[in-house]
Amino acid sequence: MYDFNYHRPTSLDQAFEIFSNSEDASYLAGGHTLLPSMKQRLAAPTDIIDLGGISSLEGIKSESDELVIGALTNHDEVATSALVSSEIPSIAKLASNIGDAQVRNRGTIGGSIANSDPAADYPAAVLGLGARLVTNKRVIKADDFFVDMFETALEEGEILQEIKFPKPDKSAYQKLPNPASRYAVVGVFIASRNGSVRVAITGAAPSVFRAPELESRLSESFSVEAIENVTLESELMNDDMHASAAYRASLCVVMAKRAVADMLKIS
Amino acid sequence: MAREVNLKVNGEDVSEQLQENTLLVDLLRETLRLTGTHVGCDTSQCGACTVHLNGRAVKSCTVLAVQCEGSEVTTVEGIGSPEKLHPMQEAFSECHGLQCGFCTPGMIMSAIDLVHREESLDENSIREGLEGNICRCTGYHNIVRSVELAATKMRN
Ligand SMILES: Cc1cc2nc3c(=O)[nH]c(=O)nc-3n(C[C@H](O)[C@H](O)[C@H](O)COP(=O)(O)OP(=O)(O)OC[C@H]3O[C@@H](n4cnc5c(N)ncnc54)[C@H](O)[C@@H]3O)c2cc1C
Ligand code: FES
Ligand code: FES
Repeated sequence: MYDFNYHRPTSLDQAFEIFSNSEDASYLAGGHTLLPSMKQRLAAPTDIIDLGGISSLEGIKSESDELVIGALTNHDEVATSALVSSEIPSIAKLASNIGDAQVRNRGTIGGSIANSDPAADYPAAVLGLGARLVTNKRVIKADDFFVDMFETALEEGEILQEIKFPKPDKSAYQKLPNPASRYAVVGVFIASRNGSVRVAITGAAPSVFRAPELESRLSESFSVEAIENVTLESELMNDDMHASAAYRASLCVVMAKRAVADMLKIS
Repeated sequence: MAREVNLKVNGEDVSEQLQENTLLVDLLRETLRLTGTHVGCDTSQCGACTVHLNGRAVKSCTVLAVQCEGSEVTTVEGIGSPEKLHPMQEAFSECHGLQCGFCTPGMIMSAIDLVHREESLDENSIREGLEGNICRCTGYHNIVRSVELAATKMRN
């Protein structure tokens, strides 16, 4: 890992100012993506701006019909939060299956979403629930946030502050985890609210995406049978050593069916 | 650039001038010579470098020492002594929970956090809870038995 200048600001304004005055800065949250990439020299920032000292990025709260999670909240805090478990249990379950215990003690929700790894879990919940992403500058809708592999709508130096998840009537997340890393080979998040259904799929393509065909069929009839015969186009799917594109396309439907079955069990 | 870092390691105040890119594991092993904490992979996968940071298990190869300013770190050297082993160490010894011993300090630190975290544990939840620790000698059966025994000891 190359050397860098380390900063630990205590406010968002300070963090943004340091970013603007640095040659090639990077924010640091849990470090569980950034530090491994710096060791491999895939990233070599001149300045590291540790967000760990900014208390306004922490915390979980319920605000009328939204569950609000601060960007710096780690995966274990989300997984074990009584509030998350009662308001949107699928998010707690998703967090409890990220990586391993040590990863969950460090990795943060904000880092996962800002990084937008094609196999990351949280992007599926953000897009599936249609969350609002609050930054130091504006509010971004989930549908406008994920652009491409490792690419989001965040501009240079923009800081993700909190994520506002609308509370669904029901939701579920199902993934086939990679047996070594637990990243999603394919993960499907489904949420229903006032009769409308959103389906977001991670792991399958360069970036998380919605599946309109699954959404419309499930909006018509919310059952496993309704999506039994759907086939997704494998052309745009990832094809790598973990899974072929055709296998991923088929997994999308299998995971969606499992998520639907989970939701039907919730009374 | 160098920077002063102040933290507690195994209950003692530590204050060191460190390069900013120093990893927590390197502060522990190279500067403080606490070589019980091992480096197996240096890629955040194996868990051999697991220590407690403010009471929680973390991979010290994936934390910067400067991020630990003001924190409390506990390593395997800090949980017991040869005369008075920690119940987890005792259990690993009694159940033959180690072969070459390379993964053991990390296993022990993860397992202690696991027992603190979970109200009850069975074979499945122990295996799941130790997912972040890899044993190259593959002695998982006895590791699970050790943690089962230690959980009973720690709760009494
Ligand atoms: C062994 C292992 C297994 C893993 N398994 C999984 C898994 O199963 N599923 C999964 O989803 N993930 C997995 N991860 C990734 C893990 O969840 C990471 O912690 C996460 O992706 C990044 O969060 P972080 O807080 O560590 O971010 P960092 O590494 O600190 O940052 C990542 C990137 O996001 C930027 N960033 C961070 N916070 C903000 C912010 N608030 N605003 C703007 N930019 C920001 C940083 O500048 C950096 O570019 C795994 C990681 C490891 C090491
Ligand atoms: S050395 Fe840290 S996880 Fe392997
Ligand atoms: S005992 Fe040898 S690596 Fe686990």
